[in-house]
Amino acid sequence: MITFEGVGHRYEERVVLEEVDLALPERRIGFVGANGSGKSTLARMVNGLVLPSEGQVLVDGLDPAEKGPAVRRRVGFVFTNPDSQIVMPTAGEDVAFSLRRSGLSRSERARRAAEVLAAHGLEGYADHPAHQLSGGQKQLLALCGMLALDPDVLVCDEPTTLLDLRNTRRFAEIVAGLRQQVLLVTHDLDLLADFDRVVVLDEGRVVADDEPEPAIRHYRKLCDT
Amino acid sequence: MTPLGLYSPGDSPLHRAPAGPKLLVLLALVTAVVLVGSPVWLGGACALVAAGYSVARIPAHRILPLVRTLLLLAVLVGALQVWLLGWRPALVTVLRLSASLAAAGLFTLTTRIDAVVATVERVLGPLRRIGVRPDRLGLLVGLTVQAVTTLSGIAGSVREAARARGAERSPTAFAVPFVVRTLRHADELGEALAARGIGDEADDPADHELPDTASGRGRRDRRVP
Repeated sequence: MITFEGVGHRYEERVVLEEVDLALPERRIGFVGANGSGKSTLARMVNGLVLPSEGQVLVDGLDPAEKGPAVRRRVGFVFTNPDSQIVMPTAGEDVAFSLRRSGLSRSERARRAAEVLAAHGLEGYADHPAHQLSGGQKQLLALCGMLALDPDVLVCDEPTTLLDLRNTRRFAEIVAGLRQQVLLVTHDLDLLADFDRVVVLDEGRVVADDEPEPAIRHYRKLCDT
Repeated sequence: MTPLGLYSPGDSPLHRAPAGPKLLVLLALVTAVVLVGSPVWLGGACALVAAGYSVARIPAHRILPLVRTLLLLAVLVGALQVWLLGWRPALVTVLRLSASLAAAGLFTLTTRIDAVVATVERVLGPLRRIGVRPDRLGLLVGLTVQAVTTLSGIAGSVREAARARGAERSPTAFAVPFVVRTLRHADELGEALAARGIGDEADDPADHELPDTASGRGRRDRRVP
């Protein structure tokens, strides 16, 4: 389980998060909030990409500040811009890159990479140049790069921002079918309809934490004021 | 597509040849080309490399960017050399450049980056005893090759944006956004690598069970890496 205990964060003088206390046992949890509300910072804390200035984050009892590698083996992260995540020239090589420390042989890694790609809508793309994929395919590739590691938790930071409606739906369908616990930061409120829980952030604080419908209603009201 | 190209899938003898010997042949060829001063021999080297493209059955649309770049270089460098040194040294320089660049292009078109990375790691393996991290250097090679594509993509979109604002002749309109976007990409890439566990102490299998001393609380106030 993921917990935030009195978590705060500041970049120099600017307060980004303040007194966040959360226990997150649900399988599908959404985070919404205006730009600069602190949701991306909060998401990054789950796998130690950002460490809190105050308080503590725990993932299955492990503090990312002290056990970063162990936490990152449990938590995968999908960023907004897939171009920044893809580090190898072809789709297959990029997914295999995630497995480079797995102890598998190169051919076995390539086989596993092709399997992961095929299972998530990119069958036959292993030899395809990654930078020639469409935006939606690139985001799926970024997702495959993480799923190849079979993490227990998947954190997605606005993964559909750069996608069209069709690719957004496709991405959402794939995420819905995953066995992993998913923490989704998004501005696309439709994606959260079937989620178990939605947390609303405003100016670094949790201002609503409920089932999707009431939480989103609260967020809409917040945006109207 | 970059002039040096990226992997072009195929099953030719050149595709099947192991990366290590291919790299040695490339180094030997480039060394020979630098040492030889006869236009006839250099022309022979160019013909040999062209035959390599034919054996590898590289599609024409993958060769075209390289041919365009070589022609441009030949005209610019050749004209300058003819003016400064005469036609013979100019011809030698153009043939040297053409043979070397075309051979390097053939290598990248027929060799997967992960094979190059694996070769670098294997060759540098013995240096682990004196503190060298072959996995890091292998990754560096892979990322460097990939950076060619990334930077040319950024340069292309920056040029397009400058043209849209009627500033295609302004060096500042190109240089400033290019540097800013490159730095931002580097930042995002670092974050994506960290999210995939690259750079963790546990990234090195030898350190797999060691505590994560590198990400202690001293780094709490900054983003990682």
